[in-house]
Amino acid sequence: MTINTSRRGFLKGAAAASAVLIVGARPDGALAAASSDGAQLNPFVKIDADGTVTAIVKHFEMGQGPATGLPTIIAEELGVTMDQIEYEFAPSDPQVYNNLLFGPFQGTGGSTAIANSWMQYRQAGAAAREMLINAAAQSWGVDPSGVSIVDGIIAAGDKTAPIAEFVAAASELEVPAEPRLNDPSEFRLIGNESVRRKDSAIKGNGQAKFAMDVHLPNQMVAMIKRPESRGGIALGFDDSASKEIKGYINAAILPNQAGVAVYAENTWAAIQARDMLEIEWDMSAAETRDSDQIKAEIMAALDAEPEFNVNQADAATVAAAIDGADTVIEQSFYFPLLAHAPMEPLNCTIEETAEGDIILHDGAQMPTGPHMAYQQIFQLPPEKIQIKTMLAGGSFGRRATPDADYQVEAALAFVVTDRSRPVKLVWTREDDIRSGYYRPAFGHKARVGLDADGNIVGWQHQVAGQSIMKGTPFESFSVHDGVDHSSIEGIADSPYNIPGMALGLTDTPKATSVLWWRSVGHTHTGYVMEVMMDLAAKAAGRDPVEFRLSYLADGSDPDQSRKAGVLKLAAEKANWGNPADGRAQGIAVHKSFGSYAAQVVEVSGDPESGIKIEKVTCAVDCGIAVNPDVVRAQMEGGIGYGIGHVMRGQITLTGGAVDQSNFPDYEPLRIGDIAAIDVHIVPSAEAPTGVGEPGTPPAAPALANAINTLSGVQIAAHPMTEDGISFV
Amino acid sequence: MALSLKLNGETHTVDAEPGTPLLWVIRDELKLTGTKFGCGVASCGACTVHVNGEPVRSCQTYVEDLEDAEITTIEAIGDDKIGAAVQQAWVELDVVQCGYCQSGQVMSAVGLLSENPKPSAEEIDEYMWGNACRCATYQRIRAGVQRASEILEA
Repeated sequence: MTINTSRRGFLKGAAAASAVLIVGARPDGALAAASSDGAQLNPFVKIDADGTVTAIVKHFEMGQGPATGLPTIIAEELGVTMDQIEYEFAPSDPQVYNNLLFGPFQGTGGSTAIANSWMQYRQAGAAAREMLINAAAQSWGVDPSGVSIVDGIIAAGDKTAPIAEFVAAASELEVPAEPRLNDPSEFRLIGNESVRRKDSAIKGNGQAKFAMDVHLPNQMVAMIKRPESRGGIALGFDDSASKEIKGYINAAILPNQAGVAVYAENTWAAIQARDMLEIEWDMSAAETRDSDQIKAEIMAALDAEPEFNVNQADAATVAAAIDGADTVIEQSFYFPLLAHAPMEPLNCTIEETAEGDIILHDGAQMPTGPHMAYQQIFQLPPEKIQIKTMLAGGSFGRRATPDADYQVEAALAFVVTDRSRPVKLVWTREDDIRSGYYRPAFGHKARVGLDADGNIVGWQHQVAGQSIMKGTPFESFSVHDGVDHSSIEGIADSPYNIPGMALGLTDTPKATSVLWWRSVGHTHTGYVMEVMMDLAAKAAGRDPVEFRLSYLADGSDPDQSRKAGVLKLAAEKANWGNPADGRAQGIAVHKSFGSYAAQVVEVSGDPESGIKIEKVTCAVDCGIAVNPDVVRAQMEGGIGYGIGHVMRGQITLTGGAVDQSNFPDYEPLRIGDIAAIDVHIVPSAEAPTGVGEPGTPPAAPALANAINTLSGVQIAAHPMTEDGISFV
Repeated sequence: MALSLKLNGETHTVDAEPGTPLLWVIRDELKLTGTKFGCGVASCGACTVHVNGEPVRSCQTYVEDLEDAEITTIEAIGDDKIGAAVQQAWVELDVVQCGYCQSGQVMSAVGLLSENPKPSAEEIDEYMWGNACRCATYQRIRAGVQRASEILEA
């Protein structure tokens, strides 16, 4: 995760007089500086002649905080305040703005925005600082070692100047080969609780611009009428009723026949005209199964020989150890399809310039996806396609489809027009719930054997469900020897030192389009691991915290000690073991995306008249917390996302069609559902790891364990309403 | 048909058919995009505006019913003392994440504080129930309302 900072290939800009210092990575990976026409250098740091610093943010902002975190890192190294730095989203360029963990691919996901950018953005900020210092030192005739930049002021002895004064001179200087990074003990902004989000004010006063807010001159709004179930083909349509709608323009079958695009002058006209459109469908290749049938297929697979022996264990030996154990706990689990349902319904706007360039306005999570797809659709070289990244109203994984689904849909809706008018594709909430991509349904069956002392002697674990990665361009990242790691992550690779684990996986047939959903496989694996650990502890008559710690006892293994660390901190902060009268506590701890999170959920009430979630206490170890309050917010949000869905969220199919349609029947978490959340961050000097997803996996099992302790009810199927649990 | 709407203190003549939700007139015709489309069925609150000082869901409020009504959107709520306090509290506490629902959250919070200057946590939960936030910023929304109440009291 480091980049080459050598001066090799350094390209000097031609128009130094324009006095803009730009530092960033060039296509060959080297840091480079140039003047304003260095825009083609695609930099990370831009300093205008007036001293305004702009961090070029290569990750999109869906609320998870890179529009604050990446400027924080630059400002830290450069020596400016948070008020002196702005942000801009990077253009689409997979050579320059790639996610360093994804190869030559620009995109956000897997809780990597800060983790992959950490050294890259520090180096970019530090290089800019050294160039400004060297320029000042030359001008003042002093040694650079005596020059500093503090709060945007360059100083040496009694000489001071704002950075603006030396931007032009600095842009003429060599880029330092190895810029000195600040020592963490010198950090002013990283880890500083007083640093606030850069996007708070505009999101509270209506000024924030999301893709949904794009209104290009002369644009049309397009909506797609899609088949009731995936795989239907549009053969023809009758729009005579739609023509009665004022503002309706026309309709066209998409080139791939996946639906019919309706064009209108505005969104309301498009909504009405689409409702009135009659379509002739060929449904012969469409999905026809019910979700009950899909569930039965998954659960049956758990009882058969697994397709893959994931950890190459001797399953017969593990089974024999469990058969001979003093106590055996066996439990099956089912996890339904789930929608992501980000608040901003999917949309994007596409236009063609007079020069024949294509511009996409999008809350683009993975710009490289649509950028590549558009080269094919429009038969254009990459430089003729621009992607303007807008603020995104949530994603939770939905905007990062391997096939760039909605951006391709917009392009198809655009190419069937004469391209004279920009096309804004808008999905409604019903489109989002009914025609989207889903967290795949999964089943687990686990058998755990305990000896007379209450120690685990064997753990047999079967998983069955639809692979997310197979058949996508990301297959090679995640699928090895047939096993899609995202189906089983968090089980055999858990830091727990569990003896005798056998893990099997069976891929089940495609039911619908599936996709990563906040924390991916950990949404179900973390649940099963932590509910089984709790059941085992209770069966052994041991305290659930002490029991878990006994499998995290190797202090020489940082993976175990960090996981133990969050477990202990959460227990301490929640006053574990001493709930208020009438309440019960449940705990869970899970590592995902390089970070460790433990949560204690405290509940009251009873399953019949209603469980009340009184409090969630969370401890997280994510290495250095660049923006601690953003980390805290991500834990709060991750907990809400995890708990909200297991309370009452599921997508079901009847005859292949999604039964739910909008928030009334895909009910989101509401404000009163969790009374309080308290987050604690483990101090750390380790490099930062992710926070967008790791808060989610422990939340649901901690809740289930609390309900089990309170009521004895064992929750095996989701949502929890399926187990007879109601909430107040 | 031409309709007259009084919005944010100005009178606008808009071209909209009866049955058109106020939301789409605000967003598509007046290009005031702070008011958001989230569900279209009044179950998420992202489209909340004030009509005569009361929060309403603009996706289920129809243009023909608004003659003589005073409409206020997120773009102008900061001119109001309570609106300014809520926006200040939202920034102090960094309530937002993705932010898409927050215009509606702010409009509802102003409605709550207008009728109940010092709401309890339970009263906040009850009043704000209809404003969904998929990022689950609820804890901070609750704290934000309480902080705004303090600012107004000071």
